[in-house]
Amino acid sequence: MDVAAAKALGAGIAVIALAGVGIGIGNIFSSLIASVARNPASQAQIQPIGFLGFALTESVALFALLIAFLILFT
Amino acid sequence: MAAGVAIQPMEQFELHHALGHFGASVNFTQANLFMVAGTGLMLALLHYGARPAAIIPGRLQAAAEMLYAFIHDMAVDQIGEEGKRFFPFVFTIFAFVLMGNLLGLVPFSFAYTSHIAVTGALALLVITIATAVALREHGLHFFSYFLPAGVPLFLAPLIVPIEVISYLSRPVSLSVRLFANMMAGHVMMVVFATFVVMMGSAGGIGLIGGAFPVALNVALFGFELLVAGLQAYVFAILTCIYLHDAVHLH
Repeated sequence: MDVAAAKALGAGIAVIALAGVGIGIGNIFSSLIASVARNPASQAQIQPIGFLGFALTESVALFALLIAFLILFT
Repeated sequence: MAAGVAIQPMEQFELHHALGHFGASVNFTQANLFMVAGTGLMLALLHYGARPAAIIPGRLQAAAEMLYAFIHDMAVDQIGEEGKRFFPFVFTIFAFVLMGNLLGLVPFSFAYTSHIAVTGALALLVITIATAVALREHGLHFFSYFLPAGVPLFLAPLIVPIEVISYLSRPVSLSVRLFANMMAGHVMMVVFATFVVMMGSAGGIGLIGGAFPVALNVALFGFELLVAGLQAYVFAILTCIYLHDAVHLH
């Protein structure tokens, strides 16, 4: 196989991890919305936790993206 | 791919000597220059923000006070009363990372947090201090951290290595998270900016199509602004969580 083609394929495979991240972030925000809807007074306490969870989950996406970039551009 | 235009997103992370001849002789790069600039800007904000000391704060004072109160509340909430002792450290880390992230978004500038050497050093500093605090507060009792209370003893051979590995991987995840976020964001912006050039050089309909990547890049700038603040916040809050573990052992 051509190296350039293999690189493109590898980068594509590397970002499959984003599927899991999408599910994870969706889960976090759906729980966040559900909790705030049940108890609107708790929003101030829950929101930072939600965004922390979002950032931690998003970092998994970025690890995968980083690998893809490393494959593509170096 | 249009002829002559190649995507070179990694070029922006290369270090160059700044300040001309003087910079070259002491290896002073643009990353160092922006660290100095970021620190200076933050010091200026805090200095000129704190100086009026008005009861009804002006805009600058409000910005400085909100930043201060935000991190102070976070440190006290996360670490507990002892958080006040660590607040200067957490605030310094937060301000440094925030300034790095935000300055990186200024066109033609450089985000020093997009280098693993910088974030790695920060993360090692955090972990070293957290471990030192834990050892000073608890002495050798600190090592009970690796065996949570209530775990059956026969599980110890399994739990202890897992806890040790998770403890040791903290600086890695802490540094790579910030570095990857900033690097990926800047690479993405360069990739979309290159699309504009590719579309434009194609001519004809491409000149109109080139507007889409421009619009997307504007949106990305907004998103990166959010990421810049969020990642500085996450770095600071994880620092607080690690310090909480150091002070309270679980």
